[in-house]
Amino acid sequence: MMRPQVRFLENDLIEQILGEARDILQKLGVTIHNPGIVSMLSDNGAIVGDDGETIRFTSDLIDKALKSVPASFKLYDTLGKEAVDMAGYNVNFTPGSTALNILDHATGEMSRPTTADYIKHVRIVEQMPHIASQSTAMIPSDVPEMISDSYRLYLSLLHGTKPVVTGAFTIEAFGIMKDLQLAVRGSEKELAAKPLTVFSCCPTSPLKWSSVTSQNVIDCAQHMIPVEFVAMPLSGFMAPITLTGTLVQHTAETLSGIVISQFAKPGAPILYGGSPAAFDIRYETTPMGAVETEMIDCAYNEIGKYLNIPTQAYIGLSDAKLLDAQAGFETAMGATLAALSGINNISGPGMLDFESCFSLEKLVLDNEICGMTKRMIKGIEPKEDFPSLPHFEELLRDKHLLISKHTRKYLKEEHYFPSQVIDRANRSRWQEEGALTLGERAHKEVRRLLEAYRPSETDDNAKQTLTRLMRGEARRHKMRELPGQKL
Amino acid sequence: MDLLKQISESLQQGDDEKTAKFTGRAIDEKIPTQQILDDGLIAGMTVVGNKFKAHDIFLPDVLMAARAMYAGMDLLKPLMIKENIPIRGKVVIGTVQGDLHDIGKNLVGIMLKGAGFEVIDLGNDVSPAKFVDTAVAENANVIGLSALLTTTMPIMQQVVDLVKQRGLADNISVVIGGAPVTEQYARDIGASAYSFDGINAIDCVDKLITGA
Repeated sequence: MMRPQVRFLENDLIEQILGEARDILQKLGVTIHNPGIVSMLSDNGAIVGDDGETIRFTSDLIDKALKSVPASFKLYDTLGKEAVDMAGYNVNFTPGSTALNILDHATGEMSRPTTADYIKHVRIVEQMPHIASQSTAMIPSDVPEMISDSYRLYLSLLHGTKPVVTGAFTIEAFGIMKDLQLAVRGSEKELAAKPLTVFSCCPTSPLKWSSVTSQNVIDCAQHMIPVEFVAMPLSGFMAPITLTGTLVQHTAETLSGIVISQFAKPGAPILYGGSPAAFDIRYETTPMGAVETEMIDCAYNEIGKYLNIPTQAYIGLSDAKLLDAQAGFETAMGATLAALSGINNISGPGMLDFESCFSLEKLVLDNEICGMTKRMIKGIEPKEDFPSLPHFEELLRDKHLLISKHTRKYLKEEHYFPSQVIDRANRSRWQEEGALTLGERAHKEVRRLLEAYRPSETDDNAKQTLTRLMRGEARRHKMRELPGQKL
Repeated sequence: MDLLKQISESLQQGDDEKTAKFTGRAIDEKIPTQQILDDGLIAGMTVVGNKFKAHDIFLPDVLMAARAMYAGMDLLKPLMIKENIPIRGKVVIGTVQGDLHDIGKNLVGIMLKGAGFEVIDLGNDVSPAKFVDTAVAENANVIGLSALLTTTMPIMQQVVDLVKQRGLADNISVVIGGAPVTEQYARDIGASAYSFDGINAIDCVDKLITGA
């Protein structure tokens, strides 16, 4: 069966982009603010500049790293069940990441999310059939910043079962964030065998790695925790103006991450990811809903696939400030392109305002967009359609096919039926049901889901250990309480 | 399980064979015909209608239930005639003159029949006189008009007017529907009611007949 697909790059162009990126890594190199990593790479033949931080790769080094990258990996939920398969053209959606704000449905105002908001979002993600994993989508503002990364992972693992796309804000936080995962999995060996999280690790454009993010890459690799590289070249600002030029830079930055990870631990699982963007010189913003941003995402995904590495992108999100038409069309357009491109981990649902504002109502709308795009990429295939004559004889005889065997067998498989968030009633029925706007229907669905939530089936001992670890981490930071619990 | 409940549940599952089987058994056990109808078949269909309105089930599920309803009704009807039990109501339906579109009308027919109404379907391209003559001859309570074309909508007005001219308005209600038809249009032409889809037609016709 034909898998519907979109492509932006010819293989010749991919080769050329890869060649240019490798040239940059060999001639200009990257800056890595992490002496340990610099010396590790230097031991393996990389050339360190006079500043002790700029490091030029050799062609062999890049080739060797690329050879050891696994072509796929899986994520498992807190119960140990397979939840996500990062392979081939599989498409998995995960909410956008690390918003500073949450949109209040009633007032249309943004505010800093609290623990309660974060838990609500976990409870809804848990019930979204088309969203494969959780992400640490917001930063709870009611805990100090130094624990906000581990605290949100703690809340996600405590209230949800889906695997978590996350990241550490400091080098030290990795320890507790790994321990939280061990609490769920039981042992290092089990965690390596059944990954529970993906850590986002971002190089700094142009061509730099901070001490924290590069160390996170190494720490994850050593524990076989999957990493997604999130290079963020900005066309015309921190990258060439052209999409091709931006792709060259994205490729160079991502390849440098692959080298760091694979020399730390050959075979460590990674996603060829990113969050590049067009740069809007009129507003000094980085539009995630710009068509050029989406094109760059799909194109670097093709480069990742060419290298036989699973992929990720921040796509299918919007820059709108409210759940309006712009929010819908930018999200749907991005999600459609991403699905057609076969991006394996699509980070986007729920996100507004340049990925800085999360909306629960948008999350339930986006779940429908994800459902529709997933239906789309299943394509068109005959299902007991041939010979066709009997179906038409039946139609002419019975005057309709609403209850024919063929209809009943394939109705739900062939057609995706969205929830009531999507309006498909005729006008009269729509009016009879309250003439609700999209926002109102989405809010109603949010309330329904929050009521329908049942506590996760994660082992109670694991939950207790999670809480004990989190309390210990908070005490280590001299905190006297966590939201809702005295220490 | 209670036999009437079994009728209701097999109808809800769209199982015509079981619905007929349990209805037959209820007749054998001398459960009053009216009770089999109300607490078995119609009770089941009411649940189905409500589930459909709540988006819990889809149209094919409703039609399967309607088919099961027919299976039960086929057994009950001879008894209802013998015992002089009034049917839920009689409806003459059709697509108006000049219009050959009958998908929506057919759906309304299936739904009404499934809900226990007797339905006389005149097909499409039906003249105003034929609607009214048939309604009179059959002693029907309701005439249901369907149109898809804006150009044939005025025929609806003619049917309404004809019912009034012949002094039948107290006994025969006219309900209209179809894609271009609106509640406002029904008011404008003096029709008794407007129905926006097949399921809605059940409530609509029921209200007209019971006067609720």
